[in-house]
Amino acid sequence: MSSITMTVNGKTVSGEVEGRTLLSQFLRDDLKLTGTHIGCDTSQCGSCTVHVNGNAIKGCTMLAVEADGADVRTIEGMANDDGSLGIIQAAFQEHHGLQCGFCTPGMVMAAADLLEHNANPSEVEIRKHLSGNICRCTGYHNIIKSIQAAAAQLG
Amino acid sequence: MPKDSGIGASSKRREDVRYLTGRGQYTDDINSHNQTYAYFVRSDVAHGKINSIDTSEAEGMPGVLAIFTGDDFTEVGGNPAGWLINNRDGTPMKEPKRPVLAHGKVRHVGDAYAAVIAETYEQAVDAAEVIDADIEELPAIIDMADALANSDNRVHDEIDDNLCFDWGWIEDNRETVDQAIKNAPHVTTLELINNRLVPNAMEARASIGDYDPGTGDYKLTTTSQNPHLTKLLIAVFVMGIPEHKLTVIAPDVGGGFGSKIYHYGEEALVLAAAKKLGRPVKWAATRSEAFVSDAHGRDHVTKIELATELDGTFIAIRTDTLANVGAYLSNFSTATPTFLHGTLMAGNYTVPNVYVNVKTVFTNTAPVDAYRGAGRPEASFSIERVVDKCARELGIDAVELRRKNFIQPDQFPYTTPVALVYDTGDYDATMDKLHEIADIAGFEARKAESSARGKRRGLGIAHYIEACGIAPSNLVGQLGSRVGLYDAATVRVSPTGTISVMVGAHSHGQGHETSFAQVVADMLGIPEENVDIVHGDTSKIPFGMGTYGSRSLAVCGSAVVKATDKVVAKAKKIAAHLLEAGEGDIEFSDGQFSVAGTDKSIAWGDVTLAAYIPHNYPLEEIEPGLEETAFYDPANFTYPSGAYCCEVEVDEDTGKVDVMSFAAADDFGNVINPMIVEGQVHGGVAQGIGQALLENCVYDSEGQLLSGSYMDYAMPRADDLPNYTVDHSCVTPCTHNPLGVKGCGEAGAIGSPPAVINAVVDALSDLGVTHIDMPASPARVWAAIQAAK
Amino acid sequence: MYNFDFEKPSTVADAVTALASEDALALGGGQTLIPTIKQRLAAPSKLVSLSGISEMQGVSASGGSLHIGGATIHADVAADSHYPALSALAGNIGDPAVRNRGTIGGSLANNDPSSDYPAAALASGATINTNARSIAADDFFQGIFETALDEGEIITSVDFPVPDAACYKKFEQPASRFALVGVFVAKTAGGVRVAVTGASEEGVHRWTAAEDALNANFSADALDGLSVSSENLIGDLHGTPEYRAHLVKVLTARSVSDC
Repeated sequence: MSSITMTVNGKTVSGEVEGRTLLSQFLRDDLKLTGTHIGCDTSQCGSCTVHVNGNAIKGCTMLAVEADGADVRTIEGMANDDGSLGIIQAAFQEHHGLQCGFCTPGMVMAAADLLEHNANPSEVEIRKHLSGNICRCTGYHNIIKSIQAAAAQLG
Repeated sequence: MPKDSGIGASSKRREDVRYLTGRGQYTDDINSHNQTYAYFVRSDVAHGKINSIDTSEAEGMPGVLAIFTGDDFTEVGGNPAGWLINNRDGTPMKEPKRPVLAHGKVRHVGDAYAAVIAETYEQAVDAAEVIDADIEELPAIIDMADALANSDNRVHDEIDDNLCFDWGWIEDNRETVDQAIKNAPHVTTLELINNRLVPNAMEARASIGDYDPGTGDYKLTTTSQNPHLTKLLIAVFVMGIPEHKLTVIAPDVGGGFGSKIYHYGEEALVLAAAKKLGRPVKWAATRSEAFVSDAHGRDHVTKIELATELDGTFIAIRTDTLANVGAYLSNFSTATPTFLHGTLMAGNYTVPNVYVNVKTVFTNTAPVDAYRGAGRPEASFSIERVVDKCARELGIDAVELRRKNFIQPDQFPYTTPVALVYDTGDYDATMDKLHEIADIAGFEARKAESSARGKRRGLGIAHYIEACGIAPSNLVGQLGSRVGLYDAATVRVSPTGTISVMVGAHSHGQGHETSFAQVVADMLGIPEENVDIVHGDTSKIPFGMGTYGSRSLAVCGSAVVKATDKVVAKAKKIAAHLLEAGEGDIEFSDGQFSVAGTDKSIAWGDVTLAAYIPHNYPLEEIEPGLEETAFYDPANFTYPSGAYCCEVEVDEDTGKVDVMSFAAADDFGNVINPMIVEGQVHGGVAQGIGQALLENCVYDSEGQLLSGSYMDYAMPRADDLPNYTVDHSCVTPCTHNPLGVKGCGEAGAIGSPPAVINAVVDALSDLGVTHIDMPASPARVWAAIQAAK
Repeated sequence: MYNFDFEKPSTVADAVTALASEDALALGGGQTLIPTIKQRLAAPSKLVSLSGISEMQGVSASGGSLHIGGATIHADVAADSHYPALSALAGNIGDPAVRNRGTIGGSLANNDPSSDYPAAALASGATINTNARSIAADDFFQGIFETALDEGEIITSVDFPVPDAACYKKFEQPASRFALVGVFVAKTAGGVRVAVTGASEEGVHRWTAAEDALNANFSADALDGLSVSSENLIGDLHGTPEYRAHLVKVLTARSVSDC
């Protein structure tokens, strides 16, 4: 077992993990942050997308020990301080960018990653950026719309 | 002008807040004190005789609590088929037992033959690795035609020829149809494959079993579209638990698309294990497990013939289909290729003679059952492809050929030769609307522009009809259904006038918590936020049949309306008493009860308060309280229809097909929440484009699943798909339910595959390509071009 | 997944020492290795992470050559401007989240027959530097999932001579988004090099007939008379050997046109 410490959504957390413990397992099982979902086992669906040191990664394909000392952000850290929906989250609700909600945390984290690196993405750029996030419900149309609306609002 | 609340408003979805903040509670997010973990040991061969399973070493592994094999479930029942289909000669279908765990034989890759319960998941997997199963591999039965031809090798030893049933619809039509086709001036024939798909809801299946030894109560938390149906199947058929001792909870469920309608053995296992151990038992499938153990969809091989006059007037349709049911009968798998498929084979057309033959075949593959559309996409694909081919053969514009044969608005109700009664529709209207929104007139210019870039552009149109809102119980009963298909709702008014509505439908993406509340709020003239929808917990909701077949609003929503009507009727009685007026003089609107022709009125909240604090109350006439339940059994199916248009570009050098645009003009009857309806169409169309261009579930001849992960099963991704232009302004309200709604959940997946393939064929038709099977992958398209050259 | 020990050394020397234990494996970004371990298809006793070794990080250009640390993630290569064809290739590996973890050293050491970097390394005539030696790309790739690396040997960096012109065309397998076929064309002072990935049962390889034709006339037309044999090409549910052979030529022509 290894002792690890990291910042998750602004709070310092510590835990004991095995070598094989995935970051997604540490978040879900140890920290009870179950918003990070597991939708596949081949690193393709993106439901587990979280940010590590400001960049989107697949939480199911990173060892928890590799995140020792890192700054991690999950869907639970995306709302405003008063608990209201953040701009991207609100845009998803406004434009019906989610249905069953399962891929949604990963989708929001991927969208946030995009907009932090590219404030004004084209539709093609948005679609390319989401190529590692699979949604089975929406057909993506309203997800694209949501991200465009959030981009406009974030200016 | 768009409304801002109630029926017809695009109310924002209230459920989104928890999903967007990571607070959704999907089954695998739920953890119980002292829980244990189940791991299923699955066959890696398609067909084999289980000689022995030695679990002794595994039992001694660290953390192992129990190991189950098929031997542990020989005393319990099997998971039944929901529909009993008769053969053409009137004899019943073959119905092999589907056990909780494989017993005697394994019948497909992924067939679970043992389960390990341990303190941790990894310990369960470690133990599973040392289970010594002596499974003697038998030749795999994969190809349907081979399965029928080879009676020596059987999926179920007791079933000759691997034939589940040979169904004719309608058998009395057979001779007339044969004669009509024989004598017809023109017959267009098409052989096609409706490709096998894996539903792939993004949340894989998961179940938690729990048992309270103190009370004898079982609780199953599971990924289900219909918790009451699951409860009924487990309690009555599989485990013999008194129904009142089992609660089934379907919490947040991450998509279903049909795959979570059915009861699966894993659910029974975690309950049995929980009872044995006295501890909660959790199982969550990996995606790899889901690929081999979820019910798959489609998988038909069909020959369709369309007989016409030379002017294009339809004379007859005849189809011959082999439908794969896989290794076991899943709950709806016999209804899907029959009553959800054959009954739709007249399409939108006045074709006087139709005959459908379907042979369902057992193979050593995962069970096949209803997947979004369920039988209707298969029918729609066959019809709309053969109509397109016929148009080319006759030299008639494909749209004109459709219009020439459309059932006209003045012909409704229209009885088809395959026994459905379409209540209403206007197919020219949706076709006209499609031309407008898809700018079909501008196609030639776009084609020229594509051509200048070296791409072949094609345009494809399809006009689908579906029967949904399933369904009238007396009708489905005659057709072989073993359950009723009504639904139920309880409207519980609180003393302060806020409302909880307990519904039998289950929402796993459809937004019922919002749209059902819109209906009730609109009827009562109260704010939407004062109405909550409760679903998914059999201990809270009335006995309804759940969500599938685009039925939630048409059937359960109608029950909600009926229950609300009852509430209003009782509230009027209370109001009449409070206003000292005759009940017949009470009017109710915008949340106010008033006495007709006077200025006397009383608010909703005052009446509800009186119902629960009945100090001034007609106790001798009515009971206190304000809570009503209604069951609704529809008089008919509903019949959404619509016109779809797809434009593609084909790269002739690589065979790659790009969808350039997609337009859908649907008639869903009345619409409660346009935003949600449009989202449903988007998602359905995406799955249809996925089927047409990307998705393919493939077994090799040994029965190994070649497309067993997202590395080989091509899920549609954001950059595979276009934006969609959708319209639902053509409205012919359903004539027999109180909301006039038809259902919209499956339409996109039904209408889009033929539109896409018609477009691909259009792009390549001048090369001589007349058909291409789905998915029209780059390799297939390139091969079709080479073959035509 | 089976459990394993974990070490995260900060120098190459310590990493080499750590990798000396039996069944220890180096961990780059883990984008292939972790899913493999999850499926219990690999059972290392220890994973030695290379992500903490600063000398293996980063991209730098000097004297017409690009030096990339072995632990450099795809996103960092994609963001560099010195070798546009290579950056474009890196920017289209997997998806954004994969590119934020996956490393060039990991990709080359794995030598998946459908991955992109091997084509770039081979066509560019790159040099793969390890803790022990430097290996020319022509000698490095030795068949699918096989390389010249010895057990425990670590790719510390890769040197890419920047060609006069280069282009990579990938035709994606629709599900995995790996290369169904990918062709990297590099025009260098020493001649044209054409490397093909995704197509062959023998892994990444050069198409020398095309190189000869393009050395004589660097235009897509120069390929007209050539054909690619489908022998030893991969056939699977996404494409026959014949289809892949056809794509090799189509993509080579397109690469040349866009060079």
